[in-house]
Amino acid sequence: MAGNAHSHGGQTARSLVALRSVSKTFSNGTVALKNMSLDIREGEFVSLLGPSGCGKSTALRIIAGLGEPTSGAIDWPKANYDAAGRAEPEVGFVFQEPTLMPWATVFDNVWLPFRLRGMSRSAARERVMDALAMVGLEKFGNAYPRELSGGMKMRVSIARALVTRPKILLMDEPFAALDEITRFKLNNDLLRLWENFGWTVVFVTHSVIESVYMSSRIVVMAARPGRVIDDIAIDAPFPRSDEFRTSPLYNDYSRTVSQALHSAMGANDHL
Amino acid sequence: MTLIQAQDPASTPEDPETVAANEDVLATPSSRRPERWLRFVIPVVMLLLLLGVWQVYVTMANVPQYILPSPLRIAQALGTDWGILGSALLVTLKITLSALILALIGGVVLAVLMAQSRWIELALYPYAVILQVTPVVAIAPLILIYAPSTQVALLFCAWIVAFFPVLSNTTQGLKSTDHNLLNLFEMYRASRWQTLRYLQMPNALPYFLAGLRIAGGLALIAAVVAEFAAGSAGAGSGLAFRLLEAQFRLNIPRLFAALFLLSMTGVVIFLGTSLISHLLLRKWHESSIRREN
Ligand SMILES: Nc1ncnc2c1ncn2[C@@H]1O[C@H](COP(=O)(O)OP(=O)(O)OP(=O)(O)O)[C@@H](O)[C@H]1O
Ligand SMILES: [Mg+2]
Repeated sequence: MAGNAHSHGGQTARSLVALRSVSKTFSNGTVALKNMSLDIREGEFVSLLGPSGCGKSTALRIIAGLGEPTSGAIDWPKANYDAAGRAEPEVGFVFQEPTLMPWATVFDNVWLPFRLRGMSRSAARERVMDALAMVGLEKFGNAYPRELSGGMKMRVSIARALVTRPKILLMDEPFAALDEITRFKLNNDLLRLWENFGWTVVFVTHSVIESVYMSSRIVVMAARPGRVIDDIAIDAPFPRSDEFRTSPLYNDYSRTVSQALHSAMGANDHL
Repeated sequence: MTLIQAQDPASTPEDPETVAANEDVLATPSSRRPERWLRFVIPVVMLLLLLGVWQVYVTMANVPQYILPSPLRIAQALGTDWGILGSALLVTLKITLSALILALIGGVVLAVLMAQSRWIELALYPYAVILQVTPVVAIAPLILIYAPSTQVALLFCAWIVAFFPVLSNTTQGLKSTDHNLLNLFEMYRASRWQTLRYLQMPNALPYFLAGLRIAGGLALIAAVVAEFAAGSAGAGSGLAFRLLEAQFRLNIPRLFAALFLLSMTGVVIFLGTSLISHLLLRKWHESSIRREN
């Protein structure tokens, strides 16, 4: 099935958010990012891939508005600015850990973004249930996080990020802590959601397998200082399924990306 | 879209083990059942046994009651002296409970203030520590001089002692909020109040309740200790004063009766605070969840 509805990552898509020579130096002197530029276009599934400590999380957090860059700028198109000049929280964020409130039910956890905007439980009910249905947890609204498996908690976390229907979904190694079976399953589910709803996703990962399988584009980063060293478009048609995992095309891309990652690590050795 | 259903049946509410455990209460005796009623029976049997030995020993050995009264004699003293002991109990209870309530209010308000600003914390925390580490018996005489009445002095002493665990635990709870959750709240532009109300306070609840359990016991201890100090200053009618008075007059059965009332008060406070804590946390907190593996 080649003719998918969206122009995923097509060159014509307009820019959604861009990092312009962003640098970030922490107060202890660590240079987490140096002159990082990255243009994220509407509808893309971008993976940030790189060795540990190369600043992937830092970049993602800066896009999310958590922590200002030391220099450089984040450009959002006008429509996404508010009076204060920051990006609207039309940003969904998924952490590596589920990051749920243990004292609140699944429903209340997903309701949180609306609750913070002053929307009552009943007013938000429909949207919350929609989001739970998207991740297959509509029957678990009354459960507490401790009653869920790791994979289910991650789904709740994704539902919470999706409930406000954000323009862009930022995910920081969301499946890293899960077993491989659950992870493949969630990879597929996330891809289906993305294909159906046409959001933009920025996905941080350590895994070549995961990034090649899901992305329309992979940004490879190197550490010390954190920077972009490669930008690889994965021109394989969507929707992708397990068939893609075994195709020659997939193997070619895996090799290319592995090599890029290798040189990213190698670049470290000389520092 | 294919959706994943329960992946981990072991932790869903329909868990067969949970069901089995619930049926346990009603159904035929199973291997688990004895544990439940033994938990109550063993302490009661032990108590009766001890009282029995005590009674028998005192009777057989003819121990004079001003040295060691028998349990029955103590029970009798409790009955005949109830007029004195009952009102003393009421006084002690009133001081303990008001000190505890004021300690909860003071501890929580101060903890919230200190969590809001590092400056407030720096300004206040050292004094809270100093109040805590100075033995209350040593401050009591001073407080007695300044307080308008003995009752107020006792209340103040008990408050000083009880409020610190509430303060330090609640502060700890407010501060130990998950950083990612704080980030999430920031991302959704939560106000300070929203962050406090929806995130930090629920997070601090188990810590606060642990503080409450400690404070409950300490409030009683401090009320008694302060009354010992105040008693020597010549006024008071709480249980501690009655206890000293009974000792002074060699009315040992009454001394034991007063002691019994004090222990029972402590036990009731402990059970009450534990129950409150259990009820508030049972749905989600690890401490209240029975392990099922
Ligand atoms: N708050 C902080 N204060 C000081 N240094 C920090 C802070 N956060 C991150 N760093 C440093 O900045 C660098 C980049 O960190 P970052 O978390 O962005 O890396 P990462 O690519 O996400 O790594 P990983 O894959 O292990 O999650 C690291 O060297 C890290 O030690
Ligand atoms: Mg990271």
